[in-house]
Amino acid sequence: MASDRIVGIDLGTTNSLVAFMQGESPVVIPGDDGSNLVPSVVALDQNNQPVIGNAARKHLTETPERAVYSIKRLMGRGVDDIQEELKFFPFRLAEDLQAGEVLRIRLGEKTFTPPEISALILRQLKRNAERFFGAQVTKAVITVPAYFNDAQRQATKDAGRIAGLEVLRLVNEPTAASLAYGLDRKQNGIVAVYDLGGGTFDISILKLHDGIFEVIATNGDTHLGGDDIDNLLITIALDDTLGDLGLDLRSKDLRHNAEAVQAIRNAVIEAKIALSLQPSVKLDVELPGGKRYVREITREQFEQLIQPIIDRTVGPCKQALKDAGLKPEQIDEVVLVGGSTRIPKVRALVKELFHREPHTDLNPDEVVALGAAVQANILGGGSVATENMLLLDVTPLSLGIEVAGGVTDKIILRNSTIPASATQFYTTQIDGQANVAIHVLQGERELAKDCRSLARFDLKGIPAMAAGMARIEVKFLIDANGILHVSAREQRSGKEAEIQVQPSYGLTDEQVEGMILDSFDSAEEDFRQRQIIESRNEAATILAALDKGKKSPAWGHLTTDEKKTIAKMEKALIAVKAEDDYQAIRKAIDALNQGTTRLAELMMDTAVSTALKGKTMDEADMGEGPTAPHPMAKAEFE
Amino acid sequence: MRAVHFCKSCGKVQPPAPVDYFTFFGLPRKLNLDVTVLEKDFYELSRKLHPDLNAGAGSQEQEWSLQQSSLLNDAHRTLKDPIKRTQYLLQLEGVELEEQSKTATEEARTTGQVKKQIVPPDLLEEVFELNMQLEELRMHKKMGEDDPALIEEIGRQKLELEEKQEALLRELEFRWKMWDGMIQREQNGQPVSGEERKQERDKMVDVLNRRNYIRNLVRDVGEVLEN
Repeated sequence: MASDRIVGIDLGTTNSLVAFMQGESPVVIPGDDGSNLVPSVVALDQNNQPVIGNAARKHLTETPERAVYSIKRLMGRGVDDIQEELKFFPFRLAEDLQAGEVLRIRLGEKTFTPPEISALILRQLKRNAERFFGAQVTKAVITVPAYFNDAQRQATKDAGRIAGLEVLRLVNEPTAASLAYGLDRKQNGIVAVYDLGGGTFDISILKLHDGIFEVIATNGDTHLGGDDIDNLLITIALDDTLGDLGLDLRSKDLRHNAEAVQAIRNAVIEAKIALSLQPSVKLDVELPGGKRYVREITREQFEQLIQPIIDRTVGPCKQALKDAGLKPEQIDEVVLVGGSTRIPKVRALVKELFHREPHTDLNPDEVVALGAAVQANILGGGSVATENMLLLDVTPLSLGIEVAGGVTDKIILRNSTIPASATQFYTTQIDGQANVAIHVLQGERELAKDCRSLARFDLKGIPAMAAGMARIEVKFLIDANGILHVSAREQRSGKEAEIQVQPSYGLTDEQVEGMILDSFDSAEEDFRQRQIIESRNEAATILAALDKGKKSPAWGHLTTDEKKTIAKMEKALIAVKAEDDYQAIRKAIDALNQGTTRLAELMMDTAVSTALKGKTMDEADMGEGPTAPHPMAKAEFE
Repeated sequence: MRAVHFCKSCGKVQPPAPVDYFTFFGLPRKLNLDVTVLEKDFYELSRKLHPDLNAGAGSQEQEWSLQQSSLLNDAHRTLKDPIKRTQYLLQLEGVELEEQSKTATEEARTTGQVKKQIVPPDLLEEVFELNMQLEELRMHKKMGEDDPALIEEIGRQKLELEEKQEALLRELEFRWKMWDGMIQREQNGQPVSGEERKQERDKMVDVLNRRNYIRNLVRDVGEVLEN
């Protein structure tokens, strides 16, 4: 059923995509600009309306204070975590941010939390899918970096909810990629997925057998990617402009500086991409005051510069191999994912690490979204293509509890297959104690202060007993999304202890509720309104094409009956176009499309025969010429 | 008997019964087990219990599927690993292995002292010597000096320790055989005395303790050599 269609979404640092399973294979759904990739850029226009994707990119240079990119780097993080990011990214934090509060980013006069900004991107993808299906989309599988911690995962799930999507599953990006790869080659073996994207790095090692995709080990760095390469090149450019041209583009008081930095950023990104194909590239950027920044970069220089960045992927790869108990020779296939793996130096590094040529058959930008669509299909009940396929993923980080002396006691080790659980017992220290505090941590370090604080739980309402008598059973469960759930019970009284959660980083349920973009009441109506507008646009396009057709010589070749039928259909479409029934409009469009097929064919023929008679294409009055699509074809995009 | 995971008539996932990991897989409490068979069972059960394959079910069934599949994963993770399996069985038998080690670890950390470990007597001299050498190497490294002879010597000892670790695993496997034989006798209806059971348990605890000690030592030596 169309209403149950589950889409797969890759919510990336640089680009986001939505895909679904069309028959036996996953396909990416293009946006209204025809592009498969929706840049993960959000801006507010002059009317404070959000603009997303390609349309938002021009705001990055024109009104940088109203635009934001790479928001994924801030998901599930606190102010203290992001000091390093603030040095390199033009994130403008809200001035009134309180300690312990979820980050808020300023866009123009408004502020938004990272999940809200991600939700705007998700909503755009949702709309793209809805326009494609002509039906509402409410369920999705969203991918996250495998090395995302609990807070980052929770923030992603929140973003989905804010966008009006039920997130059926968070899937790890490298695992999703392996699903897309595994679809057409159902073979057994060990696969390593090396995923270097815009902002995150993951390495996952999987065992494939008879349709089961079992992750054995995963590792990574959630702040390592193409962004870091861009920032390095920008830093060099800013040093150059200060040294050579005397322009201090770092000083924040000049607004046009932000624009200039964005212009430099665009130029270095282009240069980076070009250097994967050519030996050298010339940077040429116009700066304020009519000055220009010009510099030549050779691939050799570029490779030297980025070496320290890409070397940071080596440690996680070695650790993952060690955790999997494998030698590089035991890996059967290596798969590359993420735009940054297009860099030849990165490919060379992977080859050296795993002693084999990596696979690059699938588009590294799309493979994650395609895999998400496969997983969406499995969750939806499966199909012939996904029959017998099952993903067994792991938790990337150990889960621990703070015990006496500030030490982390690990209760679920990293690389444990999820869902996974652990049970701990607690007791009271003093007579009649009613509360017990539990501090949950994530990470590999020995001391609690070096691990990531996930949440503080207060067990409340423990029945009055002598010290040490209570026996509180606390169950920690990591679900298939990699998100932690905690429940507690006092065993002697059998009473469920109440748990009060204070997430260390993240939104409360109530906060998320208040942020939901399309509340359920208006979602249906919004969808209808959008469909009406879009179908009217399509109707206008086809009617305009018909007008053109009537003026063409081909029109004269139609029989009176044919002309009559077309006129009837045209009238019908004009009539429903004025009404609010988008389904009726679509139907009328389809009918007119069918009815004018012969006219369209004749127009092509006439064009060809006129050309043969020595007339030029212009004189044939074809307008767009024979290379244009079916002149009556439904407009694909606005 | 394997615990009941599905409804016999409709095949739907059932709420998890409060069972131990051996019962979950329908295994006797024996320690020698065929890991290949266990893995096969694990995959087979995963194909039925995993939440991904029950995503369309009612919310109650989804909850049960989550509980059941986490139990399945916990059980598989514990039983497939020889050491974890042994520790788990001992724990089922009432031995508080983890508690002992945890308390010791916590104490050591709060007091800032090195964790007091009972050094196996046969290793006493060797370990003392090795610790001295490690200390010396740490000093050298701090001063930025190189001492290839010392590194080689420590590396040689590390290899020896690793061999000991292997030997202890063999010893543990031998203890499994004794334990499993005892369980088999019990299953055949022959009484097993509480004393015999305790002795078998204690012997396994002893092997595990020695192995843990050596494992930690190997890890420490590895760290010093790598850094």
